[in-house]
Amino acid sequence: MPIPEIAESFTGSVNKVTLGATKNEGGSRTSTITVGGAKNVVYGGSPDQFGEKPVIAMDVIDSKPEDWPDTLIEPYKDVLDNPGDWAKKAVEEFGADLICVKFDGIHPDKADKDATHAIKITEEILKAVGNPLVLWGSGNDEKDNQVMPKVSGAAKGENCLIGTITEDNYKSLTAIALADGHHLITEAPLDINIAKQVNILASDMGFPLEKIITFQSTGALGYGIEYAYSIQERQRLAALTGDKMMAMPVICDVGYESWRAKEAKIADAPGWGEAADRGPMWEAATAICLLQAGVDIIRMRHPRAVATVKNFINQVW
Amino acid sequence: MILIGERINGMFTDVKEAIAQKDKKVIQDLAKRQTEAGASYLDVNVGTAAADQEATIQWLVETIQETCSTPLSLDSQKPDVIAAGLKSINAENGVILNSTPLNKKSDEEVLDKYIEMANNAGPKASIIALTMDKNGVPQDTDTRVAVAAEIVSKAMEKGFDTQRIFIDPIILPVKVPNAQVQPGNILAAMDQIKFLADPAPHMTIGLSNLSQGAAERSMINRVFLAMAISHGLDSAIVDVLDEKLMNVLATAEMLMNKQIYSDSFLKVYSTIAS
Repeated sequence: MPIPEIAESFTGSVNKVTLGATKNEGGSRTSTITVGGAKNVVYGGSPDQFGEKPVIAMDVIDSKPEDWPDTLIEPYKDVLDNPGDWAKKAVEEFGADLICVKFDGIHPDKADKDATHAIKITEEILKAVGNPLVLWGSGNDEKDNQVMPKVSGAAKGENCLIGTITEDNYKSLTAIALADGHHLITEAPLDINIAKQVNILASDMGFPLEKIITFQSTGALGYGIEYAYSIQERQRLAALTGDKMMAMPVICDVGYESWRAKEAKIADAPGWGEAADRGPMWEAATAICLLQAGVDIIRMRHPRAVATVKNFINQVW
Repeated sequence: MILIGERINGMFTDVKEAIAQKDKKVIQDLAKRQTEAGASYLDVNVGTAAADQEATIQWLVETIQETCSTPLSLDSQKPDVIAAGLKSINAENGVILNSTPLNKKSDEEVLDKYIEMANNAGPKASIIALTMDKNGVPQDTDTRVAVAAEIVSKAMEKGFDTQRIFIDPIILPVKVPNAQVQPGNILAAMDQIKFLADPAPHMTIGLSNLSQGAAERSMINRVFLAMAISHGLDSAIVDVLDEKLMNVLATAEMLMNKQIYSDSFLKVYSTIAS
């Protein structure tokens, strides 16, 4: 009796998305990044169904971070005050595929900096590196609505990935991202129903579904990773079965979430091993776990964790 | 849900007239509207509109494919008419041969012929196979399941992927005397048919037939559709332009966890139907 053909055949696929615009495309990037395109679950099917390799976006914070543990400060200690140099270092020394500019400094509860500051940082980083950028707001709706449209304008034509929009706050950034030629991040709080709804809301404003990347929120190892994992998995399966409202590539925020874990950041913990190793391991383990559920862009922080994850990606994809 | 749009059928007056007058616009408009409404396939049935059914199905196929790339379901009880349609078709995106019984008194090998035609039409060609044999349409659950089992095993024997078979348990008009037991029988049959292969063979029904001649046709169709979806129906030949029907479909599929819920689930259904 012949062995039955049991390979799943899916009708849909994850959208393929290219970020960054080179000179020919009206921008100033020296390279572009393409993600998505998977036609099966991770490890499933034949190699031509794997889609593009997942990529790493390394975080650059617009203002010197106040609460980072020593292990995380160490690799960046000479560039923390200078986001342009920081981005350059992340690309040239640590192999970042993309730079994610995180505008923590504009948050009213943090440094409460204004749009002029955010524009200046954006311009510096655009000048410092040729990689595509992710431009990520502070999470304060009111302030982000004031500042992020200006950031979008400062990077007009560069085909950045900008965000995030949520179910309750999507109109201004969606409109400006559309006008400035950027891709958009739709965010949901670990809730797949809301995730789908945000995509529909952006689409209703005329924003192309093919230019959206979804952010489902991330939980680190030991801190809700299973919720993030199962949602990513469900999104991938929805994409593969033809749900166009869920067929977007996925970004996750592993760097920030991992380094909130006490296991990653507490230095004085006898029996837990060296703090210098623990944090990067926590970050790498979180990223590699989520990669298997199906994610496309991973935001990360520590160069050792980045090297581990890149090595894993290169072996699997 | 694999929806087969039923409107391009010579039984409808507008289509009948369009065929008589070779009015392409009416046909192309129906193709476009059904596609936009979420049809995965467009049924093409000459009906009684023309004497030369083979030439007419070719004209319909060519007319539709001039402006629309949605795959077609060639609908005829005559294999020659389906064969004629296949000559003109671009089946790259798929085609359904609609439909064949397991066997007929006049032709024991009819299913084999359809399998051969489908294989010749390409890897994406499927068949709707009726749970009906030379003894006619079964009235009870067990015979329906037995015929379906023979269809599935014949496909396996021939190396024809069971995912390319749509089992149609044949829905009869509920208004016909003594037919009221049939919808229940069909649901019971579907519960068993889904276990005949893994993954389950597709199941489809010609929904509108159920309410033929009855009052409250749309209500009857809608409610039975929801009931059948809860028993594993994953395809149907329906009027995709009936918005209320489509809303029932979207809701039933959402409740069966076939589609991810969102507050706009009704509105986006047509974009994600298949």
